[in-house]
Amino acid sequence: MNKRLGSRWKPDFWFFTKLFVILAMCLFIVYPFYTIITKSVFSSKVEGVTLYNFKRFFSKPYYYQALLRSMVVCFATVLTTTLVGVPIAYLITRYNIPGKKILHIFIIMSLMSPPFIGAYSWIILLGRAGLLAKLFAKIGLTAPTIYGRGGIIFVFTLHLFPYVYLYTSGAMNSIDSSLEEASENLGMNKLRRIWTVTLPVILPSILAGCIMVFMTCLADFGTPMLLGEGYTVLPVLVYNEYMSESATDPYMASALSVIIVFCSLAMLGFQKLVVEKRNYTMSSLRPPQETELHGVKRFLVSLPIYLVVGLAFLPQIVVVCQSFIERSFSGMVKGINLNNYRTIMSRLGRNIRNTYVFSIVAIVFIIVIGILVSYILVRKKGKVASLIDTLIMFPYVIPGSVLGIGLIVAFNRKPLVLVGTSAIMIISYIIRKLPYTVRSGSAFLYQMDPFIEEASINLGVSPMKTFFTVTARMMLPGIMSGAVLSWITCINELSSSIMLYSGKTSTIAVAIYQEVVRMSDGTAAALATILTVTTIISLVIVFRATKGKVKIV
Amino acid sequence: MSNRVIIKDAVKRYGDFTALNGVSLDIQEGEFFTLLGPSGCGKTTLLRMIAGFNSIEGGDFYFGDKRINDVPAHKRDIGMVFQNYAIFPHLTVRENVAYGLKARKMPAKEIKPKVDEALELVQISHLADRKPNELSGGQQQRVALARAFVIEPSVLLMDEPLSNLDAKLRVQMRSVIKKLQRRLGITTIYVTHDQEEALAISDRIAVMKEGHIMQIGTPREIYAKPQNPFVAGFIGVSNFLDCEVKAPAAGDAAVSIKGELDITVPVRRAYTGKGKISARPEQLFFSESGMPGTVLFSTFLGDFIEHEVQLNDGQNLIVNEYTKDTTEVHSDGEKVHLSFDPTRISLYDESEEVLSL
Repeated sequence: MNKRLGSRWKPDFWFFTKLFVILAMCLFIVYPFYTIITKSVFSSKVEGVTLYNFKRFFSKPYYYQALLRSMVVCFATVLTTTLVGVPIAYLITRYNIPGKKILHIFIIMSLMSPPFIGAYSWIILLGRAGLLAKLFAKIGLTAPTIYGRGGIIFVFTLHLFPYVYLYTSGAMNSIDSSLEEASENLGMNKLRRIWTVTLPVILPSILAGCIMVFMTCLADFGTPMLLGEGYTVLPVLVYNEYMSESATDPYMASALSVIIVFCSLAMLGFQKLVVEKRNYTMSSLRPPQETELHGVKRFLVSLPIYLVVGLAFLPQIVVVCQSFIERSFSGMVKGINLNNYRTIMSRLGRNIRNTYVFSIVAIVFIIVIGILVSYILVRKKGKVASLIDTLIMFPYVIPGSVLGIGLIVAFNRKPLVLVGTSAIMIISYIIRKLPYTVRSGSAFLYQMDPFIEEASINLGVSPMKTFFTVTARMMLPGIMSGAVLSWITCINELSSSIMLYSGKTSTIAVAIYQEVVRMSDGTAAALATILTVTTIISLVIVFRATKGKVKIV
Repeated sequence: MSNRVIIKDAVKRYGDFTALNGVSLDIQEGEFFTLLGPSGCGKTTLLRMIAGFNSIEGGDFYFGDKRINDVPAHKRDIGMVFQNYAIFPHLTVRENVAYGLKARKMPAKEIKPKVDEALELVQISHLADRKPNELSGGQQQRVALARAFVIEPSVLLMDEPLSNLDAKLRVQMRSVIKKLQRRLGITTIYVTHDQEEALAISDRIAVMKEGHIMQIGTPREIYAKPQNPFVAGFIGVSNFLDCEVKAPAAGDAAVSIKGELDITVPVRRAYTGKGKISARPEQLFFSESGMPGTVLFSTFLGDFIEHEVQLNDGQNLIVNEYTKDTTEVHSDGEKVHLSFDPTRISLYDESEEVLSL
C-alpha cells in the first residue's frame, strides 16, 4: 500500500517552475505574436478576414521596395562583414600580431556598443555638417556621403564584422593542427591547404556568424532610421506605418511584422538545415601554431587590422569628445565644458533613471529565470523542456520593433492594460534579452558534471536544497557572463523601446534618437557617452571576472 | 618506390631544452621500424622531423640517397597516419582517400580505381560515400591508413595510431596494419609508448629515453638482452638485484648477490666492482638452494602464477611460474629459495653499461 502511495505523481518544484515559465511565455510571447498574425489578416478597408494587406504589400512599390532594400542591405552586409571578419580572424589567430589580446577586446567592445551610436557618430563625421565632410570641402573634395544605402552598409559592416570575426576565430582556435598537417603531408601547398581544408572546416562557423549579421541587420531600426533618408528598409517602414502622425495603420504594420519574422525564420531554417548539419566537432589535440613574422612583414600584416578596428571603435571616441563640446543652435562651437551633461541632468534625468531602473529590474528577473530555465533545458530534458527551448529563443529572431507592436496590440485593452507602463518596458527587456543568459547558462551547465549534484543528494541533502546550495551556485559564472550581455543590450535597447515608451517611461536610447533627429548633437553625445561608458565598464568587469574568456557568441 | 631512411645525428632543441640529442638511425627498405619510449622521450619529435613538421636543428636526414632536410613537408612524399587520424570532416571517405592523389594532380579517371583498390585493401569499400562522423574509431583508422598509402609514399609514418582505440580493436588493427605493411612493402616508421604493441608489430625497435636511443634491435633481442636497466625495466617486467662483480678479463665473471648467492656469468669485458642484475619474472625459479626469501602472496592468472617474494634484506621480487610446468602450490608465508640461469639474465656495471653477453 505504501508503495502505491509513493508511486503516485506529486507536483514538485520543477513542475510549478515549468508551468510558470510556459504560462508566462504564452502570455508575453505567443499571445502578442498571435495577435499580430490575426491583425495582419484584417484591414480597416475590407470586411472580414482578408489578405488585403499582403496583396497591397506586394503590389505597391512603396512597400515591396522596403523588403528588397532590406534584403540588399542584409546580403551586402553579410558579404562585407565576411570579407573583413574572416581575414582578420585568420591573421589574428595564426600570426604574432602585436597586441592581439587588446585588439580582441576592442573588437568585442565595438560589437557591444549601442547599435545606433555608429550611425550617429558617422553623421557627426561625414554628415552634412560633418567634421570630415567640411575638411574634405576645404581641400576641394566631396566627401563620400554617409546617407543612404552605402552609408547603412558601411556602418553595419564596422559594427557587425565582429560577429564573423568571433565565430571564425573561435573555429580557427579549435581546428586541430593535424588536419592541416595531413593536407600538407599529402602534398598540398599552403594556399590549396587553406582552400581545401581550413576554409571548408570552419565554413559552418563563418555561416553562423553571417546569420547573426543577417538577423541583426534585418532587425536593426536605429541605423537605417538615422542614415536612410528615403532609403526605407522594413523595420523603418514598420515604425512609420505604426507611429507616423498621419494615417497609422496597425493592420498593415502587423502584416509587415509577419513578413519580417518570415524572413528571419527562413534564415533560421537555413541555419538548421544547412549549417548545423555540418558542425564538425573536433577533439583538438594539437592546437594550431602561431607563425612568427618580423619587421616590415609583421607591420604590413598588422596595419590593416589596426585600421579596421580603429574605424570600428572610432564612433565611441567621437561621441565622447562631442559630449564635452557646447554648440550654439547654428552649430558653432561655444566652448569645451560639461554643459551638455548639465542639460541632460536637468531635462532628461528621468530617462537616465528609467534606463537603469528598468534594466536592473529586468536583469534580476533574467538571472533568476535564466538559472531555472537553463537547468530545465539541460537536466530536465523532455517535451516540455524542448517547448520552452523553442519559445525562449523565439524573441531572438523577432525584431524589437515587431515585438513592441505585438505587446502593444496585445495589452492595450482589457483585461490587461499594460501599454504606457514601466512594466511593459521591463517585460519586453526580459523576453528579448533572456536568451543571452539562458544560452550561456545552459552551455555552462552542459560542461558541469552531474555527479556533483548526485553526490550532494547521496550525502543526504534534498534535491531542492542541493539545487539552491550547490547547482545554482556553480552555474553562476555561466549565468553571469550571459547576464552581462543581457544587461548591456538592455541599457542600449532602442527598437522595442521606441515602440513602447510613453512620456513617463522614456529611456536614454529613445532620448538619443529624439535628440539626433532634433539635431541636438551635444546632448545626444552626452547621453550616448553615459551608455558607452556603462557598456565599457560592464565589459571590463566581465573580462576581469572571466580572465578574458567571455563568450559573446 | 620504397626507400631506406638514414638519420645522422639528429638534434632538436626547444629553447634550452634538448628534445633530441644526436640520434642516428639506419632503417632498411621495407622495414617496419618502431620508435618506442615513454612520453617526452622525443619519439614523436623525431617522427615530425622526418615528416617535415618540426624544424631540424642539426643532423642529416636521407631517403635513399636524397637528403630531405630542406624539402618542404608537402613535397617529401611521405604517408602519415596521425594519432587522431586527422580525417577531413567535410569530405567523404572516398574524397579523403583521393585527397593526396588530387594534390598530385592525377587525372580523375586514374584516381577512382586507385581509391577503390585502397578501400578494398582496408575493407571499407562499403563505406566509401559516408562522412567521417558516421564512422567508428576503427573505421576512421582504416580511412587514415588508406589515405596514407594510396599515394604510394616512399616512407609511411604512424604516430601512435592505435592509442585512441579500445583494447580489443587495438589488437585487431595491429594485425591489419602489420599485414598491410608486409603486403605493400613500404618502409614504415611507427611511434608508440605501448611496449606490447611495439613487440607485436615491429621488425626492429629503437627504445628511446630523454632524447637518446637506448637500444636498437629486434623485439626478441630487446626483450631477451636489454642493453641497460632502462630497457630492461621499460620492456616487460624485470627484477633488479645489486651484486658484486669480479671479472679480471672477458669470459667468466664471479658474481655475488647480497652475499647469499654466488654465480658465474659470461661477460664481454673485464670489470671489477658493483654491478646490477636484471632478471625477468619467468627467469626466476624456486629451488633447493639460492637466495632465501618468503612468499608474500600469490596471484593465480590462469596460464601462470605470479608470486611476490620478499628477500631477507626486504627487497621484493616478482616470480612467475607457468601452470603447465608445476603442480606445486606455494602458500603465503612459505620460506623458499630462488635461483636463475646465469646465461639468461643481464648483467650491468655501475654506470649501467651491459656486461653480460
